[in-house]
Order: sequence, then structure tokens, then C-alpha cells
Amino acid sequence: MKTDWKPLMQRVSSEIIKSIVVSLWFVFLTFPLMVMKIRPLDQTIEWRWMNLVYVGVGAFFLSFVWRYLMARKERGSEKEEGDSWQKRIGMKIRSDKRVSVSGLIGVGVFVLIFPFLFSSYQTSIMITALMYVMLGLGLNIVVGLAGLLDLGYVAFYAVGAYFYALMNHHFGIGFWAALPFAGGLAAVFGILLGFPVLRLKGDYLAIVTLGFGEIIRLILENWNELSYGPSGIAGISRPGFFGIELTLQQHTVYLFYIMVALVALTTIVVSRLRNSRIGRAWIALREDEVACQAMGIDKTRTKLTAFALGATWAGFVGCIFAAKTTFINPASFTFMESAMILSIVVLGGMGSIVGVMVGALVLILLPEYLRAFSEYRMLAFGASMVIIMVFRPQGIISGIRQRYEFRKQAQQEVSP
Amino acid sequence: MTVPRPVLDVRGLIMDFGGLRALDNINIQVNSGEIVALIGPNGAGKTTFFNCITGLYEPTMGDMIIHTPGKDPVRLNRLKPNVVTENGLARTFQNIRLFQKMTVLENVMVARHCRTKSGIAGAIFRGRKTLREEQEMVEHSYRLLEKVGLDSYVNELAQELPYGAQRRLEIARALATEPILLLLDEPAAGMNPKETHELDQLITRIKEEEGVSILLIEHDMKLVMSISDRIYVLDYGQMIAQGTPREVSENRNVIKAYLGEAFDA
Repeated sequence: MKTDWKPLMQRVSSEIIKSIVVSLWFVFLTFPLMVMKIRPLDQTIEWRWMNLVYVGVGAFFLSFVWRYLMARKERGSEKEEGDSWQKRIGMKIRSDKRVSVSGLIGVGVFVLIFPFLFSSYQTSIMITALMYVMLGLGLNIVVGLAGLLDLGYVAFYAVGAYFYALMNHHFGIGFWAALPFAGGLAAVFGILLGFPVLRLKGDYLAIVTLGFGEIIRLILENWNELSYGPSGIAGISRPGFFGIELTLQQHTVYLFYIMVALVALTTIVVSRLRNSRIGRAWIALREDEVACQAMGIDKTRTKLTAFALGATWAGFVGCIFAAKTTFINPASFTFMESAMILSIVVLGGMGSIVGVMVGALVLILLPEYLRAFSEYRMLAFGASMVIIMVFRPQGIISGIRQRYEFRKQAQQEVSP
Repeated sequence: MTVPRPVLDVRGLIMDFGGLRALDNINIQVNSGEIVALIGPNGAGKTTFFNCITGLYEPTMGDMIIHTPGKDPVRLNRLKPNVVTENGLARTFQNIRLFQKMTVLENVMVARHCRTKSGIAGAIFRGRKTLREEQEMVEHSYRLLEKVGLDSYVNELAQELPYGAQRRLEIARALATEPILLLLDEPAAGMNPKETHELDQLITRIKEEEGVSILLIEHDMKLVMSISDRIYVLDYGQMIAQGTPREVSENRNVIKAYLGEAFDA
């Protein structure tokens, strides 16, 4: 019995030694910051030795837990244990109609009564989260399906927002009239961006799209005659409700339902696109561009449709954003937004619709509910992103969905 | 069958990469119903030739013409790869280029792209026409997978297939574009003798059943000699011999190219 434990004990003791080294290193690194406190007025130094102990013990435990999880992950990938139970649950949800339908109804009912359960502040946060769900699903077409790394996605969001704001400001055009055109205009911009970057991929594409996003923002910031510059546009109308005046709270609820409907629409459209002739062409393009062309797929057209259809959703959301905040200026459309949306797609799981939804909810709601930790909020947020990426590089939910559907189709054909 | 009808007619093909002449005045004809092999030592320019006729490279000079039955001949020069495929030329790759993260069935369905036409609206609204086209696409793809013996793998990811099966999937995928000429780039590379033998039978069967002509690059001489009607031999971008398997195997230039000058002495 004792011999069995020996290698494990050795392993544990070596990990403990490594963790001690890590904690000593951290103590050394944070020494000037955490231990010494200089009071310039008294010209004295306060030594806070207790902090040294806290840092040491904390770093030791974090390092040890980290090592333990990494070891478990390695073991897991050897046996592929982790994957199989997830696959099994996934299969269960997809194969068993009762589970999926009742789950869907449950979520649906919860969403519908959400505004009545929670305060209008919570509802407002949820609207923002749903907006990012839609943005994520749109970017998912470009990045997740077609494999085109787009760092300037926020540009299309800005186009939609400014389109509605300007139309409303100058011509008094309402939200519902502007919404489809905001999407359409964003699609046009998607194609405009698409043309020059047709030959680029990977890093080069990322840099050019990044530049494109900045160009749009700088134009909005500097072309005062068009966009009113950094001061932005105020007094944008909220969505009309059959001409009835609504209170601010009612507006929030109304906007929440609009968002829910649009997210549902986006989900249906994107999932249908993904399993269509065009969607498969996108994925093929992502997998192997040369083979994709050799199989008779027009690279140019496929890339442009991906850019256009991805941008459309950003245009819609931009229009909603303008209607929600009633004020927009270029500060809302910085690179941070693009990075956020991209994080949603990557963290949630590239190509997976449910993954992107979960990713958006986590990334938008987490910082809100972490407000309790005040200044450590962004630290915890960043740490959770790092942890997810280390332990699940494929994203929270990887895109394995469509495969099952094909199996069913194929089996139906084999049987008769 | 008296007069051989050409399918692919390549004349005076020259391909320069900077100062390097990779292909020098190459003439190759493939007739309907033929299996033609293109052989030569490594670096002879065989794959370059494939890349030229499939539109990946733009040749410096020369004419490449494809004759589709019932249609006007099409000059392939300066056409994009996907247009070349639409005109009936499909290929496989030396280093397998499958869509790794798609299922086996999807890999074949992707290749139906150029023979189908449902668009964005069709995909979103899923009208009857789109659904019918989709169903046809699945059936056609499944039939091809049965033909190459991959029907049991339909829902596996392409990357999870054994090596030999991946090669066969590439062939099925190329067939899904409804080619009149199938270009196989080293289909037997990395296969064991048993797999190579099965491939031999598969290629012959495909020729018979699908009515395609075949042009293949191959290093496995046993395979080449047993299935090809005619053979072209390339060396350093030059055509050094052509003819039936027997003629080529007795050609002094070919023996020299493969075994070196020392043989002469």
C-alpha cells in the first residue's frame, strides 16, 4: 500500500516546492509595493510585514491550485474524459426532444417575465447583454465561421448608430423605419471593407480591419459638419410604440422585448445560414482556402457575403444602441468595443451559437455583478478570462452542434 | 471509339518562377475515357503542372483547353480556380487538404457548391426549392461516399479519419463537382500495398461508372504501370518521354532520369 503512494507523494512534494518558489518570487516582486509604505511628509517608512505573509501564503495557494488544475487537465486530455461527458450531455439535449423543448420553454418563460421579476436597472443591464449577444452572433459569422479575423467590427456598429441618430436628428425618421436601413447600410460598409482585404488573411487582415475601425471612429470625431464631432448627437428618439407615450420604465421594458425578439431572429437566421450551402462555404473557406477554391467556391463572393452578413447585425444593434441611450458620440465606438465583441466570440466558442450567447452574458454581466468588489472588479474579470482560455481554449461551448443534425438526415436516408 | 476525342489539350505550356523555368514547352493531351499518368522524379514540375491547369498559378505561356461534350471548348488560361472547377476539372492534393473540422459528408457537400445555387434568402427562409436542393445534395454526397467506401464514416470529422480514408475522401469530394477530368496528385502516397491495390480498383471503377477521364501524378510504379493507358514523363520541367507503359519503361531517357547517369556507363 505504501509503495503505491510513493510516486504521488513525490509528485505532491515537488509541486509544493515549486509553489514555494513561486510564492517567494511574488513576495520579492511585490515587496516594494505591498510592504514598504513611504510617508513623504514625515520622511518615514512604514514596514507592513503582515502583507508579506499574506502575499506569500496567497501566492503559494494560488500556484498550488493552478498546478493541481493543470495536472488534472493534462490527465483529462489523455483520457478525453472531460470531452466525453460534455458530448454525452450535448447529445442528450439534442437527441431527446423533451429535454430540449422543456429547456427552451423554461428559458423562454424566464426571459418573458424577466422585466417583472427584476428592477429596471437589471433589465437595462440585460438589454446591454442582449445587444452584445447579437453583436457576438454577427461577428461569429465573420470570425467563427468564415475565419476572417476582424478587429474593426465596431465600425459597423457605429455606422448603424450614426445612421439612425442622423436620420432622426435631421429628418425625424423613427426607429422602426430606420432599423432595416441601418442594417442594410452596415452591410454595404461590410462589402466596402471586404473589397480591399480580399487577398489578406490572418495577421494582415486583422491589422487592416483594425485600421478600418479607427478610420470610421476618427471620421466621426473630426467631421463636425456630419457627425457633430466629439460632442455627439443628443435627443435621439426612443422606439415608438404605436404612437403611445411611454414612461422611461415602460420604455426599458419595451426595449427589452424588442431585444429579445431580435436576438431570437438573429439566432434563427444565423443557425440557418450556418447549415446552408453558404454557411458550409464559409467554413470550408476557414478550413482551407486553396482547397475551397479548387472545389468550385468563389472566394471573393463568399468572403464578401460573410463580411456583409456579419456587419448587418452590428448595424441593427447600432440603431438600437442609439435609441436606448438617446445620445451617441464617437467615444462609444473605440477599439475596446471590438476587442470586447471578439472576446465574446472567442471565449464563448468560435462558431457555436449557444457558446457566443453564454460568452456575451458572462462577459457583460460579470463586470456588472462584480461591482461589489469595486476596484478589484476588472482584475477579477481579466483573471476569469485568462482562466477560461487556459482551461478551455476551444471556448466555453465548442461548436459541435450541426454534426448531429446531419447524422439524423443521413440515417433517414439509409433506412428507407 | 475510333477517333480519340480530347478532353484536355495543353500546348506549349511554359511556367517561369522568376529566372527558374519550372515547366518548359509541355504538351499533354488527355482523351475521353483514358487514364493518363504523369510521372517524374521529385521536383520535376508535376504538381506545378497541376497548379497551372487548375488556375492556382498563371502560366507564362501556352494554351490550356478543356473540351466538354456538348459545349464549346474553354480556354483555361487566366481563369480563377473555382471557374476551372465549374468547367469540369477537379483535383485532389498531394498533401491532403480536407476541411478538417467538417464532417465527412459536409466535405463532399461543400464540393456540390458549384452545381447548386440556393442563395442567402433561400438559406434564411428555407423554401421548398432550397430544401429539395439540400436533400439532393445530401443524397448525391452520400452516394459518392458509398462509392469510395466511406459511408460508415459519414458523421466523423475529416481529421479523425485514417490516412487511407482521407485520400479516398479527397477523391469523393473531387467527384462531387461533377468533373469530366479528374486530376489525382499522388493518390497512393503513404498507402500500404493493400490500400494501393484497393485504390487501383477504385480509380478504374470511377472511370467506368462516372465516365470521367483521369490524369494522375504518382510515384508508385506498380500502380502507374497497371492502370494507365498512357504515360508522360517529366524531368526538370522538360517532357522527356511519352507513350504506353511498356514504351516508357523501356525508354533510355526515363531510366537515366530515375537511376542517374551511372547506369549509362
